[in-house]
Amino acid sequence: MNHLPLIIKREYLAKVKNKSFLLMTFLSPLIMVGFISLVTYLATVNNEIIRTISVLDESEFFKETLISTEYTKYHYLDEVDLESAKSLSNQASSYGLLYIPNLPIDSVSEEIKFLSEDAPSLTFITNLESKIENRIKELKLEKSGVDLAKIKAANTNVNLGQESYEGVKTSKAGSFMKLAFGGFAGYLLFMFIIIYGNLIMRSVIEEKTSRIIEVIISSVKPIQLMLGKIFGTSLAGITQFAIWIVMIGVLMVASSFIFGVDLSATTQQEIMTEAMNNPAVNSELQGYINDFRALPLWNLIIAFVLFFTGGYLLYSSLYAAIGAAVDNETDTQQFMIPVIMPLIFSFYIGFFTVLEDPHGSISTIFSHVPFTSPVVMLMRIPFGVPLWEQLLSLFILVVNFVFTVWIAAKIYRVGILMYGKKPSYKELIKWLKY
Amino acid sequence: MNDLLEVQGVSKKFADFQALSSVTINVPKQSIFGLLGPNGAGKTTLIRIINQITMPDSGKVILDGEPLQPHHVQYIGYLPEERGLYKSMKVGEQALYLAQLKGLSYKEAKKRLVYWFEKLGISHWWDKKIQELSKGMAQKIQFVVTVLHQPKLLIFDEPFSGFDPINANIIKDEILQLRAEGATVIFSTHRMESVEELCDHIALIHESKKILDGKLEDIKRQHKTNTFEVGLSTKHKTALKQTIAERFDIATADFKSLEDDLKLNIKLTPNDSSEDLLAFLSHNASVNHYKELIPNASEIFIQTVKNNGL
Repeated sequence: MNHLPLIIKREYLAKVKNKSFLLMTFLSPLIMVGFISLVTYLATVNNEIIRTISVLDESEFFKETLISTEYTKYHYLDEVDLESAKSLSNQASSYGLLYIPNLPIDSVSEEIKFLSEDAPSLTFITNLESKIENRIKELKLEKSGVDLAKIKAANTNVNLGQESYEGVKTSKAGSFMKLAFGGFAGYLLFMFIIIYGNLIMRSVIEEKTSRIIEVIISSVKPIQLMLGKIFGTSLAGITQFAIWIVMIGVLMVASSFIFGVDLSATTQQEIMTEAMNNPAVNSELQGYINDFRALPLWNLIIAFVLFFTGGYLLYSSLYAAIGAAVDNETDTQQFMIPVIMPLIFSFYIGFFTVLEDPHGSISTIFSHVPFTSPVVMLMRIPFGVPLWEQLLSLFILVVNFVFTVWIAAKIYRVGILMYGKKPSYKELIKWLKY
Repeated sequence: MNDLLEVQGVSKKFADFQALSSVTINVPKQSIFGLLGPNGAGKTTLIRIINQITMPDSGKVILDGEPLQPHHVQYIGYLPEERGLYKSMKVGEQALYLAQLKGLSYKEAKKRLVYWFEKLGISHWWDKKIQELSKGMAQKIQFVVTVLHQPKLLIFDEPFSGFDPINANIIKDEILQLRAEGATVIFSTHRMESVEELCDHIALIHESKKILDGKLEDIKRQHKTNTFEVGLSTKHKTALKQTIAERFDIATADFKSLEDDLKLNIKLTPNDSSEDLLAFLSHNASVNHYKELIPNASEIFIQTVKNNGL
């Protein structure tokens, strides 16, 4: 008798009807969007502060360098000494006083000071420093008789046109897009495994502690129950993810209206139209579109579905086995580490090795090792992986999946009827022989 | 074919622990079969093997003439000793779920559940969650779920634990009713008075081996020692006691009576019958009390385990 659909249905309903699950589903996007909006809002508010800087430039080198902008006003003080400049600046409640003493250009840099009541913002200081540095550099160059105009003319901005032998154009932006695609896919899988793997584990433990397990497995095979649990919980997870994505989307748009964060389509359209009319920008935009088109989209989608499913099922069967082996959640720690380690490991390989060298030996090897392959391969695929490599990796994954489920089912079968003590690894191995 | 269930030479080893060694039992149709044994003897393992939860290392189990197969689970109703229900699921929902796992259709399961809930007067529990019910209430629901699919073979492991005497009686009557309707019951318990009351066959398992089985009456007959409990009214107790001791093995007995009698347990010699003893006693004193001592299940249990354990 096949009770799998019945079990999946129960597991699914039990999850989605659960109060804390519902709360998580509907509250998380609210909290997340609320947080983002708040940060964005605060950032906007912060930027609108107008800073007035008093400048006492005795050297008179910087008159043309420090030009007032919308949010930063430079107020030049003339014919005063440092002490009165300080009090003037203080009276005007300006942000601070920039003091440049009257010294020759070679030594002035060490004596320039910024005086203020409160410690100034780091970005502001860095910005100011670079302006001053540039000006001093120019002055020094001028002093040594270099024609500044010629230097400016000689400045070149190189943007290498990247192209494969087949003539497909790529660019740095394209690489970034690939990175984003791979990173997003890998990250999604990673999060999914951690969140819903835990959910599966808890639900197995719940069945043990409520002692319903023996009643159920006198009707169905433990492996059916385990698979039903994994599939049911995964479906609940997919539902939750879908709701999150939709809610976050809706809330983001809503909050952009409420907080006036400028996300409106009109500006983007303006930029687009402008870009279309401007030939230089147009070609760059065309490049983006080409990059996007050049991504192996179908390959990505299919591979994502396959590797995601395979990887997720592989790990979740381990979570189910851990749940079966212990009596309560606190005992799960020692078994969690060997499960989490390859996951984190594959994530690091993904971000540090694959992005640096997508086809290097480390990336290639770990995109075939079963426990790391889902994440690593998903990150590699946007950079173009031959079909046979993908198939090989997938084949290894499937074989390993079957093997792992078999092992997990054995541990599960024995574990669900074991109470009272936390088993050691040695005992787990013994269970395989029962 | 008079046996619903035959367990033939079943052995099971867990790593270094021998849980069952070559156990053979036959459970006749429509009997109430007591599966007895001290804690850790292997009863639960045997029950799990019958339920196909655990696979035996060797030996086989035959249900109604067929070797045990996966589809047989629908003919078996099992109430485990370690039992529970989903805490946060509604009573009706989970009863329906468990019934469907046993192969009933949704409609049929619902119909039968409504019938049983009404019969036991628990219909108003349908929408409650298990965590709102007491342990005894949950036990009742588990009982209903166990018998709902009208299994040929019912296995109850300590069915009365958690019940008050009134509810225990209701459940006992239901078990007897189910037997009358054709079900065979395997009954595992430590409560010897319910064995005495319900079982017509028993098997005793001790340290993984079956050490005794058969009809309860036959076993009692085998275990009786031909000892009689007597109360004799006489003026010369010491003299009478001596006279009897010359012919029979005697021991002092202790039972309640209205008279100040000489109370003795008297064991028959192989040459004497009960009539001979009674005639001998009547000749010497007036007999107020005369009763054959038949061992109860508890005594047989303790004695057999002791004899085999040492």
